[in-house]
Amino acid sequence: MPASRHRRHLAAAATAAVLVLSATACGGSGGASDDPNAKTTITFWHGWSAPNEVKAIKDNIAAFEKVHPNITVKAVSNITDDKINQALRAGGPKAPDVVSSFTTDNVGEFCSSHAFVDLTPFLKKSGIDPAATFPQAQLDYTQYKGDQCSLPLLSDAYGLYYNKAMFAKAGITAPPKTLSEFDADAVKLTKSNGDSYSQLGFMPDYHFYESTITHFAAQFDPTYFSEDGTSTVADDPGLEAAYEWQRKLVDSLGGFQKLEKYRASFGDEFGAKNAFMAGQVAMLIDGEWRGGMIDDSKSGIDYATAPFPVPDALADEYGKGYTTGTIVGIASTSQKQNAAWQFVKFLTTDTDAVVSFANAIHNVPSTKAALASPKVDQDPNFQTFLKIAQNPHSNTTPSSPNGGAYQLTLQNVGYAYESGKNDDLKGALDKAAKQIDTDIAQAQ
Amino acid sequence: MSRPARPARHTLRNLAFLSPWLVGTGLFFLYPLVATAYLSFTHYDGFTAPTWTGLRNWSYVVHHYPFFWPAMRNTLWLVIVIVTLRLLFGLAVGMLVIRLKRGGGFFRTLYYAPYLAPPVAGTIAFVFLLNPGTGAVNTVLGRLGLPQPGWFNDPAWSKPSLTLLALWCIGDLMVIFMASLLDVPRDLYEAADLDGAGAFARFRFVTLPFIQPILVFAAVTGVIAMMQYYTEPQVAGQVASGQIIGSGTQTEPGYPDGSTLTLPQLVYNLGFQRFDVGAACVIALVLFAFSMVFAALLMRRGSGFLAED
Repeated sequence: MPASRHRRHLAAAATAAVLVLSATACGGSGGASDDPNAKTTITFWHGWSAPNEVKAIKDNIAAFEKVHPNITVKAVSNITDDKINQALRAGGPKAPDVVSSFTTDNVGEFCSSHAFVDLTPFLKKSGIDPAATFPQAQLDYTQYKGDQCSLPLLSDAYGLYYNKAMFAKAGITAPPKTLSEFDADAVKLTKSNGDSYSQLGFMPDYHFYESTITHFAAQFDPTYFSEDGTSTVADDPGLEAAYEWQRKLVDSLGGFQKLEKYRASFGDEFGAKNAFMAGQVAMLIDGEWRGGMIDDSKSGIDYATAPFPVPDALADEYGKGYTTGTIVGIASTSQKQNAAWQFVKFLTTDTDAVVSFANAIHNVPSTKAALASPKVDQDPNFQTFLKIAQNPHSNTTPSSPNGGAYQLTLQNVGYAYESGKNDDLKGALDKAAKQIDTDIAQAQ
Repeated sequence: MSRPARPARHTLRNLAFLSPWLVGTGLFFLYPLVATAYLSFTHYDGFTAPTWTGLRNWSYVVHHYPFFWPAMRNTLWLVIVIVTLRLLFGLAVGMLVIRLKRGGGFFRTLYYAPYLAPPVAGTIAFVFLLNPGTGAVNTVLGRLGLPQPGWFNDPAWSKPSLTLLALWCIGDLMVIFMASLLDVPRDLYEAADLDGAGAFARFRFVTLPFIQPILVFAAVTGVIAMMQYYTEPQVAGQVASGQIIGSGTQTEPGYPDGSTLTLPQLVYNLGFQRFDVGAACVIALVLFAFSMVFAALLMRRGSGFLAED
């Protein structure tokens, strides 16, 4: 069936949905036959929008165009994944050639639907060995079932931020390394005030900023899928232990209702009134970007970073964490895939380009060479995250053909368990595994 | 060439007069409706051609999609409670405002102004005012020694909070009820007074029969609007949850605990986040069917939009 007919179907469906939604009111793959040495212009969609980020990507593009004077890159900023998804489906001459996305959730969808081309032939042609170039976790979240349809364009690693002044006041001399130490410190750092708090050691509730089950579970070495693609969450001891640990911490800090009431007083995660930056919580699980935000905010908060603690039984794996990052790929509708590959190769594998971009936007470099580069920001609070990204035990959430739907299912298990609405964790995980399998079957 | 016979010319002329409606209805209603029905029996992700899957999408949505039945229950709750309360409140405000001897203009403006506020802005303002930790409403309630509900953060209070928001936005109904109330002939009230009718009898036997078509209109459009209720619960749920996640990332629908989940949110989640167009079309058709059934029932019981002779 021709592509235009697909578009008509999507347009019809979209029109129908719009018809339903809007009446209220209070209210196939392109060939890689282009000549990469020919003069051409490619379109690059990305999501960065802050002035320093846009400047950094423009500088990278300028550096690329200097090396490849025949290729002009037309960058379009502030592109969200919703726009990417719609544009890739719509196709047409204005569709992008190179696309980057802030979330790794949709990689499985991009790969399995062939919206992005498999980059393996391009990597081979350029003599790039992915396993030698990129850390394993970064390779994991940029491919789906062996289809390397995207590459990492800077990474994010998650670790512990802690307020040094609050630690000193509580007599804590070093950041916790195991979860039992962490739990004890969290209680010690908590100051109750009636039915609320004047200071909280740590906010474990799943609706709080980056306190998600997948971020916590990374410390427990979870598996989400078997090799045949079926869900393993019902039988995974790590995941179950992660839920149980969080619930125990919720109870020991005063209970779900009290914590939720306190959480309602927090400011936005990405605003100046972030609860850690405002001194409302003493410890925080967050990505490397938080350090840059604290420094830029001039909040004066005396903080330090460390890897997030690990279960006592896995103490020898201390130093690991959850990793994710921005991904970049080539749209299968692009008629300039060879030129687009030159750009993707430069952005993702040129050590100087990766390092300068990482330093400029305070992200973790995504190649082994860049991570080892002496030019990377040497701030110790930032270096923590570089080590987490390189730790062989660091892990990520695998790709799925229906995006992050399975993570949503797991979050819902967490919401019900932390609040006491469902105390049968094993039963909830059994049900979640069946739901995840059903959802994936529906998506294929 | 001979001219067409007169009946044929009449038919062509009539069709020409009807053509704007025919084109509009065909293009923007019948084609999407037929395509939606067809796609609901296919697997379609927007990239590859639709493939016929029979009743699989219907079975998935009804039996396996965990958000469908909670969304259905919430939507029906909102239809029954919000539509009913908006009708009563809109009528009461309309009756009150037309009786005011002084300050009528001020109160008309006061009640109508919220209707002009963009739904997103109005909803965010409500979530901030009703924030259980820092909101002005709970601060006042606390000082008065009264209970402080969790409002948009409590599953038991989130739908009542949305109801308050809908009542705040009563300006549209107030205006049409005012117009219909002012249209009731004065001499009928005078005759009723002479017959010794009290206030309730005047309302029951004079006012109500005259404004019944407007009540039916308000009920039908209210039901259709509630069937498509999207912006306010989506924004309220996301803002109250405190989670800011980039566009394209699937988010928990219906915070807290699925209590603000409505069927149109599922159309978005399935159709434009998971790109499971077939399953999204199933929900769109369910919404369409419910709207038709509610409208038919109300039109039948209310004798349509026309006043009785």
